[in-house]
Amino acid sequence: MSDIQSAKPDAPLLAVENLKVGFGPRGHVNEVVRGSSFAVEAGRCLAIVGESGSGKTVTARTLVGLTGERSHVSADLMELNGQSLLGLSGRRWRALRGAEIGFVLQDALVSLDPLRKVGKEIAEPLRIHDWKGDRKQKVIELLTEAGVPEPELRARQLPHELSGGLRQRALIASAIALDPPLLIADEPTTALDVTVQAQILALLEATKERGRGLILISHDLAVVSRLADDVAVMNQGEIVEQGPAEQILYSPQHAYTRALLDAIPSEHSKGTRLAPRVAGAYIPAGNPRVPNLVASRAPIITAENLVKAYRGPDGKSRTAVDHVSLEIRPGETLGIVGESGSGKTTTARIVLALVDPDSGNVTLRGKPWTTLKEKDRRQRRRRVSVVYQDPLSSFDPRWTVRRIVDDAIDEADYKGKEARLGRVRELLGHVGIDEGLLERRPLQLSGGQRQRVAIARALAPQPELIVCDEPVSALDVSIQAQVLDLLADLQSELNIAYLFISHDLGVIHHVSDRVMVMKDGKVVETGTAEDIFHAPKDEYTRQLFAALPRLERAQPVAKAVVA
Amino acid sequence: MATTPSITHGGALEAPPRRRVPWRTVVNKLLGAILVLWAAATLCFVMQELSPGNKAIAILGGSGARPTQHQIEVTEEKYGLNDPILQRYGSFIGDLATGDLGTSYQYKQPVTSLIKEQVGPTLVLVFVSTILAWLISVPVTLWTAGKGRARSSLGSGFEAFFAGVPPYWLGLVLLVVFSFELGWFPVTGGTSLDALFLPSLTLALPLAGFLGQVTRDEFERGLKQPFAISARTRGASEGEVRRKHVLRHALLPGITLTGWAIGATISGAVLVEVIYSRPGLGNVLVQAVSNQDLPVVVGITMLVALIYVLVNLMVDLLYVLVDPRLRTQKAVA
Amino acid sequence: MATAIDPTVGGLPLPGGGAPARGGVVARVRGLRPVVLLAFVFVALLLIAAIAPSLLTKGDPLQVNLGHSLQAPSLEFPFGTDQSGRSVYTRVIYGARESILIGLGATAVGLGIAALLGVAAGIGGKWVDNGINRLLEVLFSFPILLFALFLVAIFGSGVSTQILAVGIASSPGYARMIRAQVLQVKGADYVIASRALGHPPSRTLFKNILPNAFRPLVVLATLGVGQSIVWASALSFLGLGVAPPAPEWGAMLDAGKDYIQTAWWLELFPGAAIVATTLAASCIGRYLQRRIEGETY
Repeated sequence: MSDIQSAKPDAPLLAVENLKVGFGPRGHVNEVVRGSSFAVEAGRCLAIVGESGSGKTVTARTLVGLTGERSHVSADLMELNGQSLLGLSGRRWRALRGAEIGFVLQDALVSLDPLRKVGKEIAEPLRIHDWKGDRKQKVIELLTEAGVPEPELRARQLPHELSGGLRQRALIASAIALDPPLLIADEPTTALDVTVQAQILALLEATKERGRGLILISHDLAVVSRLADDVAVMNQGEIVEQGPAEQILYSPQHAYTRALLDAIPSEHSKGTRLAPRVAGAYIPAGNPRVPNLVASRAPIITAENLVKAYRGPDGKSRTAVDHVSLEIRPGETLGIVGESGSGKTTTARIVLALVDPDSGNVTLRGKPWTTLKEKDRRQRRRRVSVVYQDPLSSFDPRWTVRRIVDDAIDEADYKGKEARLGRVRELLGHVGIDEGLLERRPLQLSGGQRQRVAIARALAPQPELIVCDEPVSALDVSIQAQVLDLLADLQSELNIAYLFISHDLGVIHHVSDRVMVMKDGKVVETGTAEDIFHAPKDEYTRQLFAALPRLERAQPVAKAVVA
Repeated sequence: MATTPSITHGGALEAPPRRRVPWRTVVNKLLGAILVLWAAATLCFVMQELSPGNKAIAILGGSGARPTQHQIEVTEEKYGLNDPILQRYGSFIGDLATGDLGTSYQYKQPVTSLIKEQVGPTLVLVFVSTILAWLISVPVTLWTAGKGRARSSLGSGFEAFFAGVPPYWLGLVLLVVFSFELGWFPVTGGTSLDALFLPSLTLALPLAGFLGQVTRDEFERGLKQPFAISARTRGASEGEVRRKHVLRHALLPGITLTGWAIGATISGAVLVEVIYSRPGLGNVLVQAVSNQDLPVVVGITMLVALIYVLVNLMVDLLYVLVDPRLRTQKAVA
Repeated sequence: MATAIDPTVGGLPLPGGGAPARGGVVARVRGLRPVVLLAFVFVALLLIAAIAPSLLTKGDPLQVNLGHSLQAPSLEFPFGTDQSGRSVYTRVIYGARESILIGLGATAVGLGIAALLGVAAGIGGKWVDNGINRLLEVLFSFPILLFALFLVAIFGSGVSTQILAVGIASSPGYARMIRAQVLQVKGADYVIASRALGHPPSRTLFKNILPNAFRPLVVLATLGVGQSIVWASALSFLGLGVAPPAPEWGAMLDAGKDYIQTAWWLELFPGAAIVATTLAASCIGRYLQRRIEGETY
């Protein structure tokens, strides 16, 4: 690449000093990036890491001049290959974008134009920058380089006709079409399954090794560890720490970085708290209202040979749950892990008796559960509760916090307004929600607060089992840590069992006593967390774990899997 | 460096089916359309039956003409008004299927020929108006959507005004201003091109307002979508993003509404023909309604229903063939 | 999948779930855009015209005075006079009551039918829904005016037919919207959550589904009144509605159209009244929609 040759040796590809970015009308500027300085070298990857609101995405957009009209950008230095990026005109920016700087967004399903053929999208930068040559041929080459099989066919298709992984590869191909010396990837693997994620990371690594500089924006430290040479940690607009990846990830200096790393659930964190106790979250030492649960080891839920199939709109039948059996004992956590389409959510719905299985049945404390008629079942529903992935949609948008929790309280146990209000307060206290939030609506709460309210609601009927369907997937790492700690505390206080569903292997490893791995509706493997994670018997399970980016430095062996 | 994936997941790496015509869907939609038409016809029949008053008397010119009992009976025989209801229903549907819409009470002519004479100008008017509406709304949207507060408000104000304006008032105003005062266009209509302009403008403006609102909403949303951002990161100018990417998305809802839009335009055509004294079905219909000439009313109504159903069918089929997104199933985790 | 991304896509950062501005009526009024305020004022005037027209005009809308026939607008007759010498201004004011009553009546009929059909389709199970949906498709294939004309052909012209015809003809459109809303709410997670808590379906229906499904109804009703007035006046304009000499706006347009070349004021002012009413209704409707969406999304 001629651009790389023309760069001065030893000078960084991209150098930024004291970058400040703010939004809003003059006089009311809200600073989102406050004086960040960093540099990227050719052939190396800089990862900018942070949670939501940290300013990392704005930083990325600033580097391509796409912060929008009401933005104020200033810096002491912002240079690409010695060329300043400050105060550029629209036309200058357009000449740079795609040709000198490539940008990859997350989720190719919406980042590629759904109404245009994939080939056209990839050819677009070629067309815009007047690239001379056979565009069709070049597109095929790019797709092949990006690891897309049957490129002639794929180029003629629309994005939704490709799988998630192929789409993302196509998106990356469109970003590097003109061989830009710098590539920025903003959360490129967030929408993908673990196994596909590994492949995309390998692809990005390959682009780096051709001498390109790579900036990776991510919230996921494990993904970062796989790819980054240097790491910069951002919090609330400032870079709190930066340096070589080895140093930042394994011997961090700054308190924030350390807290962030501590908050990541994995096998190492099992049995420990992920986060310091939230101020105000008080778990009473002994709760006189805890029902006298029988201490037997008889299972709460037994599911035998569940089968459920759905008809797709094309008329074909898809088996979502294929002869699944499971057992949940009191006070234990059974984790179900699998990729999307594995059938884990449908299984949970059957266990909750929200969906009737085509065959097989579930018993609750030995008595029939799925075979009952709904009106007979209603009484016993209080024994099994749910916490959903998206608390916002599981709350009636018109209701206040008080009403949401109140709705779940059994009228027989708490008669009268006073008693119920008292119980609502008690439940909210358990989960660390301040009384002042009683009259708030869900929209006025943060993601973490909403999930706590959801947990309070789930506790209200005094259940023996709580089904948690991806309860932390939509939360920032630090908030996730608090919620996981809360769930752990509640389990030890109240001896509640959990059916915990997640695609995140680290979370599953952290919370589960026993684990069930699912794929395509079938149970691939079951066992204790220890057994599954350290001595997986099934090939699929092994591949799943191999693909998982861990916080250990990725070994070359990981590449062998995908070559 | 080729990194061919070795782990297939979720079965989604198999080649998708080639784009073949989904005959099952096509047939389904055709059957659906026929069903709707049949139901519409039945509804017309039922409502016709519900009409109070003796039809024979209406045929003979109303109670003012003072028909004799004998005349009434003869008429009832002639028009089959005494037959049992199922037989009448059967012949009604049968006639409809063969294109026989009955005989006008007032003119004593077959309704079909009445309609044939007058339908031409109306169809021309509807067709031209619809095209004109698109020609107005698309450039306005392109020019004003997402271009800052002032321009945007101007555009949406324009659209809101015309979408809400009653077509008959607009017609009258245009008539006064351009025809009477400025004398640019002829006052009463023949079928010349000159006479077509004002009436079609009258119909086109409210439709353009409505289409514009829908298109603009979609357009402004589209400008913020990730695929638009991707285009910008490749170096596309705003103009290119708007024309080559967002526009296509923005037009979709408007196209979906074509069937409804044509129905509404036909409605408006009735009013416009009255205002501009244009020949066409509108005047025929209004006359027929005043005189309670049911066969004509039913005939025209069924014709309109037919047009609506046909247009919708075409749009539906076009969608299924062109946008396979509608055929993919939602993932159940 | 974690969505821990910066919500500052291409512009202003999103405020993280801040509390919506609360405050009394005065604060809310001050926060209105001028157009919306204007719309509310206009509607207030309309209501006065409908309830107590003598507050706004001293004339008699039915009094014939041939001496003043067809006079252009002047100080004495701000909107001019018609062919019978009646003040157009006075007739427009009195016409407000006619037109609004007809509009309200038709909207009530339309929404009533639509609510019944929509809710039945939404909660009635597959067969009921299919049946009603088909029916709506059929009804929808008749444009509103044509359907109304059809009904008038059958039942004869006059005010009551006018109200019924416009109401019935516009109901399929509303029914479709209500049905869609009910279905959307029915499939929402909070409805499933309610079921998982062990609540009987009737409780879920009345406490969750119906209140949420009917929320947008206020908006529909507001927009609907505007539209109903337009269609009802259209019928009058075609001579099929209110009988003369009642001062209904559409009828005034019909009567005046023969004189349009010489007395343009006969068409302009009643028509402007209709247009203004429609615009005000749609303005207020959209404002309400923004308020509702702001509270729940």
